[in-house]
Amino acid sequence: MASMRDIKRRKGSIQSTQQITKAMKLVSTVKLQRAKQNAEKSGNYFHCMYDTVSSILKRTKNLDHKYLKSGEAGKKAVIVITSNRGLAGGYNSNVVKLITRGELAEEDLAVYAIGKKGKEALQRQYEIKADYSDVIEEPAYVDAMAICKEVLAAFSKGEISEIYLAYTGFKNTVVHVPTLLKLLPVEINGEEAPEGSGENAQDGRAPMNFEPEDEEALNLLIPKYITSLIYGGMIEAVASENGARMQAMDSATSNAEEMIDHLTLMYNRARQGSITQELTEIIAGANAIS
Amino acid sequence: MADNNLFTLRIITPDRVFYEGEASMVEFNTTEGEIGIYKQHVPTTVIISPGILTITEEGGMKEAALHAGFAEILQDEVVILAEIIEWPEEIDAGRAEAAKERAEERIRSKTPETDILRAETALQRALARIHVIK
Repeated sequence: MASMRDIKRRKGSIQSTQQITKAMKLVSTVKLQRAKQNAEKSGNYFHCMYDTVSSILKRTKNLDHKYLKSGEAGKKAVIVITSNRGLAGGYNSNVVKLITRGELAEEDLAVYAIGKKGKEALQRQYEIKADYSDVIEEPAYVDAMAICKEVLAAFSKGEISEIYLAYTGFKNTVVHVPTLLKLLPVEINGEEAPEGSGENAQDGRAPMNFEPEDEEALNLLIPKYITSLIYGGMIEAVASENGARMQAMDSATSNAEEMIDHLTLMYNRARQGSITQELTEIIAGANAIS
Repeated sequence: MADNNLFTLRIITPDRVFYEGEASMVEFNTTEGEIGIYKQHVPTTVIISPGILTITEEGGMKEAALHAGFAEILQDEVVILAEIIEWPEEIDAGRAEAAKERAEERIRSKTPETDILRAETALQRALARIHVIK
């Protein structure tokens, strides 16, 4: 049986761990609230963006546009959104698994990493093209624009043939879905809406005109569309990260609680044992003298 | 409703709803030139280029610097999806002036490497900002 001192030391260390996990839980709860608000506020924009782009694409079915067909050769690019910090349960590894266990072949994949954890997990196996890890601390729309610009430039040059976005979708505080979304070539269907499908009530309306003409409009709109998806992905990922961390820290705290209870019991038993032993020794000693 | 010439105007940015209300006219710059929209406009989608956005409401006019995005115009509703838009009070005058000078300088002393298009849009943006605060 472990000595009293050992048990006490162990208990102390678990207690301080518990304090840390408790504090982290509180912090991520607050951050989650904020991230959730952000996600809700920007939701509007993406719905409108999605509706508009899908209505354009519906009207112009047979368009031969560079953003609508995949390049013949070249790598496939994946923008991987993870977090910079760990201790968030399966949050990061779930996103990474999307790629490692996905259908995407290893050799023709180029990773654009947003978030250190994803980058670290993927860099042994895959080629990391660029790293935007600082961005995820506080996602801003301009950051998404910069990333989008770089990816599209590579696409236009023919270096990459398809672009995917791997992120964690935020359904609600406890449900987060790792998602792999195809950005380019653009494929619009009901399931591709970033969050729930936008209602396309375009049918009853008068036909839409475009200024400039369809093709040019697409040239200008699709980068905006991609940017908004990347931005939306980042916003949702941040919300999911904090949600995941909150859950992980919550269960860590209650696990620590359990262990402390167990150790307290052991400690008391050990204390009782040592008292009994001392007593027997004293009595035996007294008996020997008399 | 014959005399009601108001339409719903919504301006949405990635982080917030910038404006929502009834307006009688809205003017802004598009890639094809400046346009003014009244109610009953032909449904159109336009791409925005940097400039001044003027909203005419019942009570008066409002101005904002609108830099990028696109707008969906329907007969009784206009939705502007703005990537960047600012009210006059949000603009930093000093920064706008500096940006204007920088852009002008870049256009004046152009070298083959200069990204003229970028410099011009930067100049347009700075000018719109400066105009709106005045």
